[in-house]
Amino acid sequence: MNSVLITVIQRLLLGLITLFFVSIIIFAMVAMLPGDFTQAVLGQAALEETVQAFRKELGLDQPAVYRYFQWLGAVLQGDFGTSFSGRASSGIDRSRPVLELIEPRLYNTLFLASMTAIVAVPLALYLGITAALHRNGFFDRLINTVTLVSISLPEFLVAYVLMALLAVLWPVFPPISEVRPGADFFDRLYISVLPALTLTMVTIAHMMRMTRAAIINLLASPYVEMARLKGVAQREIIIKHVLPNAWAPIATVIAFNLAYLVIGVVVVETVFTYPGIGRLMVDSVTTRDIPIVQACGLIFAGTYIFLNMSADIIGIVTNPRLLHPR
Amino acid sequence: MSTKSDLLLDMRGIKIEGFSDERWHPIIKGVDLQLHRGEVLGLIGESGAGKSTLGLAAMGFARPGCRITDGQILFDGRDLKPMKESEKRKLWGSRMAYVAQSAAASFNPAHRLIDQTIEASLIKGLKSQNEAKADAVELYRALQLPDPGSIGFRYPHQVSGGQLQRVMTAMAMATRPDLIIFDEPTTALDVTTQVEVLLAMRNIVEQFGTAAIYITHDLAVVAQMADRIKVLRYGEQVEEAETRRMLEAPQEDYTKSLWSVRSIQKPEETSEDYVLTLDGVDAGYTRSLKVLKNVNIKVPRGRTVAVVGESGSGKSTTARVITGLLPPSAGSVRFNGEPLPAALKDRSLDQLREIQMIYQMADTAMNPRQTVGEIIGRPLEFYHGMSGRKKEERITDLLRMIELDDSFADRLPSELSGGQKQRICIARALAAEPDVIICDEVTSALDQIVQEGILNLLLNLQEKFGISYIFITHDIATVKAISDEIVIMFQGEVVEQGLKSEILAPPHPDYTQLLLSSVPEMDPDWLDTLVTERS
Repeated sequence: MNSVLITVIQRLLLGLITLFFVSIIIFAMVAMLPGDFTQAVLGQAALEETVQAFRKELGLDQPAVYRYFQWLGAVLQGDFGTSFSGRASSGIDRSRPVLELIEPRLYNTLFLASMTAIVAVPLALYLGITAALHRNGFFDRLINTVTLVSISLPEFLVAYVLMALLAVLWPVFPPISEVRPGADFFDRLYISVLPALTLTMVTIAHMMRMTRAAIINLLASPYVEMARLKGVAQREIIIKHVLPNAWAPIATVIAFNLAYLVIGVVVVETVFTYPGIGRLMVDSVTTRDIPIVQACGLIFAGTYIFLNMSADIIGIVTNPRLLHPR
Repeated sequence: MSTKSDLLLDMRGIKIEGFSDERWHPIIKGVDLQLHRGEVLGLIGESGAGKSTLGLAAMGFARPGCRITDGQILFDGRDLKPMKESEKRKLWGSRMAYVAQSAAASFNPAHRLIDQTIEASLIKGLKSQNEAKADAVELYRALQLPDPGSIGFRYPHQVSGGQLQRVMTAMAMATRPDLIIFDEPTTALDVTTQVEVLLAMRNIVEQFGTAAIYITHDLAVVAQMADRIKVLRYGEQVEEAETRRMLEAPQEDYTKSLWSVRSIQKPEETSEDYVLTLDGVDAGYTRSLKVLKNVNIKVPRGRTVAVVGESGSGKSTTARVITGLLPPSAGSVRFNGEPLPAALKDRSLDQLREIQMIYQMADTAMNPRQTVGEIIGRPLEFYHGMSGRKKEERITDLLRMIELDDSFADRLPSELSGGQKQRICIARALAAEPDVIICDEVTSALDQIVQEGILNLLLNLQEKFGISYIFITHDIATVKAISDEIVIMFQGEVVEQGLKSEILAPPHPDYTQLLLSSVPEMDPDWLDTLVTERS
């Protein structure tokens, strides 16, 4: 047990170190973006002095390394800074803290991601296991074809087709998923159905196919033959003998898709005009709102690292060789 | 002694096909097999003879990619062949059980041993959980497993191979089946472990009067276990007889050839001229754990030194130290009296050339995408800078030396038999013109007759070119056949080194005695005699 604990702690530390390096990369990338916020706001015609004064006010005149550590130090204390937008050269400051801007967007994104995951993950596992159980049978072929099609279609197409069918042809769900202020839980659920359905179709194929492959891979092992010759039924073999050894690859693919639900949904958000964090980041890149872009980048990286680390840890704690050392 | 009523298994006209290369090939071509209650039938033959396939068919089971096309399998009067799997499943694990070759792979790594042992009993509803567990402990005790009360609570990777094999026998025995199929259950074990497992299996089969089919390629082993022996070759029966009669008077030429495999008897020769010496070598893979402890070995020029020991005794690690793959933490390796640099990367091209290696698995030691000509040609380019016509001629020469014609140069490894592959590996080692060749279990994966051919080839090459061999093996019969000197290793230490005649003749150090006495002999009473002697 001890050695597992040590491995898990090692993973956690490694995750933190990765996050640190990612923060450097994010900062460097943003710093290297052509053009800057002052130019974006003030326009090409602005006087050089005005530009310089504005830059100084925002702290952009400092060297990059200094700015990085200042930013990092603040982030470590939970302060992601203030958004650039809302400021103007006139000196009136209507800017808001980054966190205040990000929080509702992040909540929306996590809401959509959770809603999708709660449906997609169990469904993918169930379909994957069932397909493996009836390998090469009708159900297996059908589900393979369907998932292959859905994995091959670009997600915006899936989104528009769903919208055309379920919002236009049979207007069951709203085509636009604008979250109104004061919307309660069920309102949110209702407007999120179409984007969640799109994301389910996109992610389920991958997860289901990997689950099926992981199980079929293990079905060829001698201990499965042994179980058959002990008179264990096929369903029992998969649930009792195969699945406990298949968690590591399955967890990896689930983590990958969960991360995608947080990080990669900007297209779906745009199609349904859903106010998620992906759109916020893309908008901020266009306006050169550096603090927001950096915060979003860090959140995305953190999500990705956290989920992959969780998959690693699941792989470790379901491995009897590590869990029960000699 | 056998009446019609006690016939347990009656297989007639069994034909089985396997699917490969896009078509069905016959594996078993019409074999009959009868087994009475409480009887043990030995099924022997070389790899590819169809032993396992026939053994599994006795349970009405065909591996994926195989199908039973013809014949009847009467088990206790009921034909298994037309039965659905759901019907057969009622018999599997209750009235018939299987013991596989690789215990390590045949246990589920995710479950405790006892849960796997009692699984069949619980599924069939034969016993309650507590009864089944108590019974499993009794079986562990009967099979002389250490700590029978608690060993079941371990996971498969927490016990040794020999113990795992006995737990698997307990698992098969748990429902007191009428029939057990033992499929090469001791092939993967060391000889000293094999004796214990054989004894435990034989006792428990006798104790419960279980009928068994014992599959193996090792005649001496089957002689200890079986009442009757059936010899298979290419999916057909060669002959069948009661064990003693089969051993004393085999009828068919093929059976006799299995008997006479160890006909090589190389007279031992010695030499004071040592080509390679290891002085006080310590080595290990981690800083704290030493795998080799003060190993001293001398290799006389033009002679064969057999390095013998069980798995984990440090044989292959010694080879890695000599080749420079694993620099020793202490001691030195001398070649012709000159110390060799410890690490591979510090050795000169010539020093690399002088020591070559041949591996156990010829399959994995060759690049499957290269032709034989390219495989043999590579050391010719690398060590001797040959190219063009000169290289082609040398490749033809080398192929002739290993008794193959030059048409082989254009073939791929996948087009060769196991014995031919090993010959190509020998040719590749020869191409470097080495002084020493390390042979690491080179014949272990080969059938007996093929082994004999390879060993003879190696001896001829030694005579012709004066090459010294370091012959790593766990097979005492091979050692007797070809070695001049023997090094016995145990737990990373050299127990003794000396001339073959000295080492094999008593008195022995304790470990040598244990090792030598554990090698099964072609005598049905060998195991009984051994037990009497040891107790």
